[in-house]
Amino acid sequence: MRYKDTSDLEISLLLEAIYRKYGYDFREYSQAHIRRRIMNRMSASGFEDVSQMQSKVLNDEAFASELLQNLSITVTEMFRDPVFYRSLRENVIPVLKTYPFIKIWHAGCATGEEAYSMAILLQEEGLYDRTTIYATDFNQMALNRAKDGIFSNKMIKEYTSNYQLSGGKESFSCYYTSNYDNVIMNQSLKKNIVWANHNLVTDSVFAEVNLILCRNVLIYFDKNLQNKVQTLFYNSLINGGVLCLGSKESLRFSDLYEQYIELDTKQRIFKKKY
Amino acid sequence: MHYEAIVIGVSSGGMNALKIISSALPGDFNIPIIIVQHLSAHSDSHWINLLNEKSHLDVKEADEKEKIEKGNIYIAPPNYHLLIEKDKTFSLTIDERVNFARPSIDVLFESAAEAYTNKLIGIVLTGSNSDGTKGIKRIKDCGGLAIIQDPKTADSEYMPKSAIAAIVPDYILSLEDIVALLIQINQQKR
Ligand SMILES: C[S@@+](CC[C@H](N)C(=O)[O-])C[C@H]1O[C@@H](n2cnc3c(N)ncnc32)[C@H](O)[C@@H]1O
Repeated sequence: MRYKDTSDLEISLLLEAIYRKYGYDFREYSQAHIRRRIMNRMSASGFEDVSQMQSKVLNDEAFASELLQNLSITVTEMFRDPVFYRSLRENVIPVLKTYPFIKIWHAGCATGEEAYSMAILLQEEGLYDRTTIYATDFNQMALNRAKDGIFSNKMIKEYTSNYQLSGGKESFSCYYTSNYDNVIMNQSLKKNIVWANHNLVTDSVFAEVNLILCRNVLIYFDKNLQNKVQTLFYNSLINGGVLCLGSKESLRFSDLYEQYIELDTKQRIFKKKY
Repeated sequence: MHYEAIVIGVSSGGMNALKIISSALPGDFNIPIIIVQHLSAHSDSHWINLLNEKSHLDVKEADEKEKIEKGNIYIAPPNYHLLIEKDKTFSLTIDERVNFARPSIDVLFESAAEAYTNKLIGIVLTGSNSDGTKGIKRIKDCGGLAIIQDPKTADSEYMPKSAIAAIVPDYILSLEDIVALLIQINQQKR
């Protein structure tokens, strides 16, 4: 049998339905990505076509929230891209040191590994006590796990190696306690992190900050949405504030590119002009 | 048939295979080529520069949102999945590994089949896992052309054999013959 392609129309109707009923707006996400996730969910749940799945989404909230989980990719790591964190220490920490109070926004923090990495780095640089970290995501389940700060110890070997490569100054094991198959992050790392639900597509500026990290989130958006979210970041940064993107994300095609100077081109670290 | 893109999936033994293909294609080869090669997450782009030096075409890492153009050979960056949009641009994701791999050949092939339908050529080369099998099947189902490296000539026969078990390939060829076929297809195109 020939493969029957699900039409773009069916998918965009489903996204429209999700938006109208639940307020989550995926209409300007990467289409190839959304299509892949939806087709996976469809075959895993045994639906014959998208319209069948659409009526399930509209009538069954539990199923809808399962689908939302499928559309939010929470894959993350501690000290992901160690060279990036090394550059943070070298190029961004000196900027932060000039402020009496520091506000940092992790947009799309997933299960929190990135925010904990930042807390560790700031502790080592002596800045954590005057910092507030806002770690936000639109995925409440991921945020709840982030708040708990309990991670599988299967990953610890890799995180330890990432930490060391990133220029870490201590032994990584002093930042957590082991408990059976898990590790629990130290309470002292959590104290200045504020976890909050925030949707980059539908919510607006909520604070003025010195540093924004939004890594591996914008790759999921189309160009138009990327530009909108870049405007949100620009409006949230103080003059001279710093924006960090993922290693494969670029500002170059954004309308706001001219408004920043590049602190580290390869690691995608930008400073907002005065 | 006017093919608009070629996707290649390759794993262990791939460096050598890619060197042979990229250095043998002529400068007027005008079908863009997009490649997933399994690599470690932390590998740098040094080998891409080496391929580029030896090729008449431009060999480069695929950038997020980049428009796919002829005359180029694009390589998926390590630790990201590479997808093709219907407007013939690239998307990257860090979704879970597929077949233990990121980038995954299946992810590239399936999205490419949906974007190019019957104007796509899929090629599965040497490798020691079954990534690419589902993808090449999708390419066939959408009317594209499937070329598999002759397992007898592959460094690792597992991946080509797995593909051959799942579909009826249009061609099963050595690397040299794959190159010759591609050149012939390219000439018909002009
Ligand atoms: C791949 S993770 C990146 C995690 C981390 N920043 C990193 O680089 O390791 C992407 C995160 O973006 C979140 N996300 C996607 N769309 C969002 C939106 N519209 N608003 C807020 N968060 C979003 C997802 O829920 C997911 O947790």
